[in-house]
Amino acid sequence: MLLAFDWTELAQQIVVGLASGGVWATLALALVLIYRSTGVLNFAQGEMAMFSTFIAWSLVHHGLSYWAAFALTIGISFLGGVLVERAVIRPVEDAPVLTVVIVTLGLFFVVNGAARWIWSPEVRSLPNAFSTRPIDVVGVAFSIQDLGTIGVSLGAVGLLWLFFRFTKLGLASRAAAVNPEASRLLGVRVSWMLALGWGLAAAMGAVSGMLTAPALASFDQNLMQPVLLYAFAGAVLGGIDSPFGAVVGTLILGVLVNLIGTYVDWIGTELRLPVALAVILGVLLIRPTGLFGREAVRRV
Amino acid sequence: MPEPLLQLDDVEARYGPVKALHGVSLTVGEGEVVAVLGANGAGKTTTLRAVSGTVKRSGEIVFAGNRISRRPPEAVARLGIAHVPEGRGTLTDLTVRENLRLGAYVRRDRAGIRDDEQRVLSYFPWLELRAGQRAGTLSGGEQQMLALARALMLRPKLVLLDEPSLGLAPMVVSEIFRIVGELNEREGLAVLVVEQNAVLALEASSRAYVLEVGKVAVEGSSAELRRNESVRRSYLGY
Repeated sequence: MLLAFDWTELAQQIVVGLASGGVWATLALALVLIYRSTGVLNFAQGEMAMFSTFIAWSLVHHGLSYWAAFALTIGISFLGGVLVERAVIRPVEDAPVLTVVIVTLGLFFVVNGAARWIWSPEVRSLPNAFSTRPIDVVGVAFSIQDLGTIGVSLGAVGLLWLFFRFTKLGLASRAAAVNPEASRLLGVRVSWMLALGWGLAAAMGAVSGMLTAPALASFDQNLMQPVLLYAFAGAVLGGIDSPFGAVVGTLILGVLVNLIGTYVDWIGTELRLPVALAVILGVLLIRPTGLFGREAVRRV
Repeated sequence: MPEPLLQLDDVEARYGPVKALHGVSLTVGEGEVVAVLGANGAGKTTTLRAVSGTVKRSGEIVFAGNRISRRPPEAVARLGIAHVPEGRGTLTDLTVRENLRLGAYVRRDRAGIRDDEQRVLSYFPWLELRAGQRAGTLSGGEQQMLALARALMLRPKLVLLDEPSLGLAPMVVSEIFRIVGELNEREGLAVLVVEQNAVLALEASSRAYVLEVGKVAVEGSSAELRRNESVRRSYLGY
């Protein structure tokens, strides 16, 4: 039995896992972005991503190609994220963390409700972003869809990294997250940096949603709720305050969940979410900072 | 007498319902080092915060011809006031180089920024060796110097320096004050410094104000205050 182990299938399943992990990574990064600047988990992140996906669906429905809708939706989502921050988060900027958490919970229901109000409950689907035929890589057949999904999500992650690492604005927003008061003294408009963070998070969420939907036969307004859970589990695994950790954590989780689903019969596809929750619990018990998170280094 | 660079006129400040300044008036001339002394809670730090806008304030504050009493900190910085805050305001997760770069955040003149980087490194040569290191891993004294170096990257007309000696070894403190003196002499940098250590501050400054419960109790030239025994006894405690 052991001798007959199918290495081809393992490679395929790893790629399938990386594809879901990549999609979760973009949403996890959105969570981490806001966590680092405001110290709260944005419970509405998944719903905002769902809303973006519906916008993309509407654009496609009106005749745009998938990729044109993809680009346009990212722009719209960025502006929407900025707007949400100005309208809803700004008023509670100085409030205790719990207040902000409650506001994001409220936002969850408002965005979900708005999406149900605007888009009637019917079966929808987005066209496939990539060709569905397989491609042969050194003798193993992979799905182009999976490879493309990995490519696009890691591309989005990479662009975001370049922005934070190499632009003045990116540097200023990192500074604002580390020490808002000192950053203001340097002339950084901290309040706008928060809005920028929400915009970028919404844009990342949009990428996540628009990659999730085409892989499904149909989707509705609950599209992103499991994705949010996986993203959260992956971010906790990698360290909720570490962008790098969030990406690695979700990729590991994607592969892990998929391999367990494939090779452990009694788990199958039905019990994949509980595996993610078990990961959250395990990390919080054994290593609360996650794989790459760290306690703040401080000397006084 | 020429217009002072900074003028505070009857400035009040409060933290929520608690009033911390009850009408402070003071001036800093171009290229002058002025010290603010006083006991804990006298309002020294609050005076600096009132200037930079990190505390709610009222009254008249004029800097280089601009009324700044209503401007937020980011706007005050843009006028050329660099505030080195209590606790140094180190951006701990960022590298030393990134901290310095952010000092020049509001500037657009790339060539000037590069020149200033060289100039600042001439005062703090060791910063270059630590450029890639996370600022949070520096020692307290190094962080204080980094904070000063970062402030200079703004090419400020005025530096607000809050308790530079706090928690540092005497040798580090005298090094910092030596550099401040040099900056003032060579480049005509104006400094408003708050200090617990009155001896040190009176040596480094040309004029000084002694605050008591949010008001100016005594003011004069630093040399005068050093000689005045009753001032020394009742306000400076040495």
